[in-house]
Amino acid sequence: MIKKELGLGLLLVVISAITGAINPAFLSLVNLLNMANLIGLFGVFALGEGLVIITGGIDLSLGSMFALLGVVFVDLLTTYQVPWPIALLAVLLGGLTLGGIQGFLITRLKMQPFIVTLCGLLIYRGAARYYTTDSTRGFGYGDEAGALSDIASGNVAGVPNSFILLIILALILGVLLHRSVYGRWLYAVGKNEEAARFSGISTNIVIATAYIISGGLAGVSTVLFVFYTNSVSPSSFGNFYELYAIAAAVLGGCSLRGGEGSILGIVLGTALLQVLQNLVNILGIPNSLNFAVMGTVILIGVLADHQLQARRRRKLALAGLARTAPRSTLVQGQQGASPRGADALPVRTGDQA
Amino acid sequence: MAEILFELAGISKSYPGVIALDDVSLRVSRGEVLGLIGENGAGKSTLMRVLGGVVAPSEGVIRIGGQEHARMTVTEATKAGIAFVHQELNLFENLDVAANVFIGREPLVGGPLKLVDNAQMRARVSPLLARLGADFTPDTLVDDLSIAERQMVEIAKALSIDARVIIMDEPTSSLTISETERLLEVIADLKAHGIAVIYISHRLGEIMTCADRVVVLRDGRTVGELARHELSHAAMIRLMIGRDLKALYTPPKRPSQPGGCDIAGLVTSAFPDRQIDLSVRHGEILGLAGLVGAGRTSLARAAFGIDPLLGGEIRIDNAAVGVASPRDAIRQGIYLVPEDRKKSGLVLELPIRENVTLASLLNYARMWLVSGVDERKVAKEQVRRLAIKAPSIDMEAVTLSGGNQQKVVLGKWLSMQPRVMFFDEPTRGVDVGAKSEIYALMRELAEQGVAIVMISSDMEEVIGVSDRVAVMHEGSVSGVLERPQFSEYNVLRLAMGQALETVEAAAP
Repeated sequence: MIKKELGLGLLLVVISAITGAINPAFLSLVNLLNMANLIGLFGVFALGEGLVIITGGIDLSLGSMFALLGVVFVDLLTTYQVPWPIALLAVLLGGLTLGGIQGFLITRLKMQPFIVTLCGLLIYRGAARYYTTDSTRGFGYGDEAGALSDIASGNVAGVPNSFILLIILALILGVLLHRSVYGRWLYAVGKNEEAARFSGISTNIVIATAYIISGGLAGVSTVLFVFYTNSVSPSSFGNFYELYAIAAAVLGGCSLRGGEGSILGIVLGTALLQVLQNLVNILGIPNSLNFAVMGTVILIGVLADHQLQARRRRKLALAGLARTAPRSTLVQGQQGASPRGADALPVRTGDQA
Repeated sequence: MAEILFELAGISKSYPGVIALDDVSLRVSRGEVLGLIGENGAGKSTLMRVLGGVVAPSEGVIRIGGQEHARMTVTEATKAGIAFVHQELNLFENLDVAANVFIGREPLVGGPLKLVDNAQMRARVSPLLARLGADFTPDTLVDDLSIAERQMVEIAKALSIDARVIIMDEPTSSLTISETERLLEVIADLKAHGIAVIYISHRLGEIMTCADRVVVLRDGRTVGELARHELSHAAMIRLMIGRDLKALYTPPKRPSQPGGCDIAGLVTSAFPDRQIDLSVRHGEILGLAGLVGAGRTSLARAAFGIDPLLGGEIRIDNAAVGVASPRDAIRQGIYLVPEDRKKSGLVLELPIRENVTLASLLNYARMWLVSGVDERKVAKEQVRRLAIKAPSIDMEAVTLSGGNQQKVVLGKWLSMQPRVMFFDEPTRGVDVGAKSEIYALMRELAEQGVAIVMISSDMEEVIGVSDRVAVMHEGSVSGVLERPQFSEYNVLRLAMGQALETVEAAAP
């Protein structure tokens, strides 16, 4: 498991070193801190997406959630002059609620995650645009949320607060995922929901919780992004951001089939994506190739991972054979069981050939 | 003697460590209905798969139309006119009847465009359906058909390839009485047209009605053949049983204690019109026998909270317990070792350690954080107690042999406090050594006062391990046997169902 993250970290270092060698500006403090800020911004909600992907689901609604929660947040602060702690709380609760609704639809009403969150993507975006009649909301010259703005977009000794927040959240979620009972359940449910249910795990609650956490983190991200851009244009704010999160999670070792992935991997995946974007700028590669570079790297990364895993499985299978083979000859193993086991195999009809 | 369509001679099939078929010979003549019977696992399905070209025999020859084959391919079998009507029907529910009949060999139009000629398909299927007396049209979606109607589609499919032999594997297991009669009429019609039918069934009444000849398999061998005039229930059952049963039984050290688990009037979703009454005392192993599909697994699933209870209640020591979910059941000390351990028992990709503690993880956690030390201690203890053969508790369960995997499932439950345990086919796919270890373990649990229900289709196991045997038939308990009454004959009679015999007596 750790091997994967090591490989990813190594790739990150190698790419950074090469880029830095070609253009030293890449490694300048200004550029590194700028990247750290972006990694923080995009990492927070990638963590939530990662949890959802580990359950075997997907959350496509994040970008639209940012737009909807974003316009509400700005409106609360500017139009309604609500004190910022209450506005912040409202956005976080809003994110948790939307995540909860999606989780409910997916677990209780047995709808497919792709469909539920795709509809979320469409609905939240539409709601945001209708609510604002498609006009951009921003802060005036006033000081509506000065303190919060300073926290969200400030820095400690130069290190952007968004990055620090990502590290803190990653540590918390890392403990949750890798050390807690809930994390263990999450992996079990992602790998084999039926066996988890047969072990008394309330699989619905485990899965729904992942969507709720993802929604909550989307609320946090909304606030960070609002103060990053200082305005919310409802038709473009957060567009495609869910795809960045999915890409980061997959690059970081999450399998869309569920049950695989780690917090460290997701953070490294996000970092790699941001480094790639930055590299495109720094190396003077036409900006239009931005997505293409990202797509290519993800493709190669996942392909390489697949090949390595297949090799590992072959090795395991061989090892397994070596272990069981001598036994079955010794004790004439499987007696009486195999014919029935064979009966359970699907029988091909003769006339299908 | 009618023309012989094909002949299987000296067919054997062995899998590593087990002989599924041992020198079986079989011939089928034109227009003959051959009944094929035997217990679960007697080798009926393997034999039919040899005939269908799905499985290659280890020894023996297949003679068809004067030609000898060491083995057949599916294509050759089809060409020779051998067709299957499956126990679990193999139809595409999203396609219509005509498309299913012609699947894989659709008539085409449009030259290079290779479009499917729907009109022609339907025109060709219509007369087949008419011949079978089916009252649906070729353009009906299979999804909208009942099981009996789907069977007609399969038979139509067989007719459309000019089948000369149609193999029916448990065709009536999901049919109503009138549907069954209809099917038997169709079989008589097929026979009149010179088509041979191999009829595999546990329902001896139907076999008596339709078979011209019956071949009985037991442990992969032909143990007898009965001509039409020799057919009787007693004769057939007597041939099916009679295995040498090994002495497996270890009597309990003390008589079973009072109290236990009572299941009263339980209704499962699989048989919504049947009730199940069953009780198992603390300290006893109750064998639960019956044919595949008799509702034993549904009972266990309902008692464990997987499937909803449609009625009735479960009492432990006379106190009703609610089992709305597996979590509830586990809290009450009701555990299930499921039939399909790879699908439901284990998370194969997780290590042994995590599988053992999956159901009880909260016991080894403080403030929801898992204590690695406690967890490893418990996992190691179970590996030692159950003698699970693995180099380390961090090995993924997928790398273990069947017997060791099953022990991991057991370890999961034994690390807690069982009161009632359901074992569903606990030794399926398990080698002999691990089998006796599992039996010993069940006895040990019983001695500790656990009430044990062991679902098994292995007669040797049912008779050899149980203190009492309850037999299920079509969704309810048809009888309970005490040890002096134990015999394969009695178990089989109950499993075949008394109801079936009265129906058969009423039939001509």
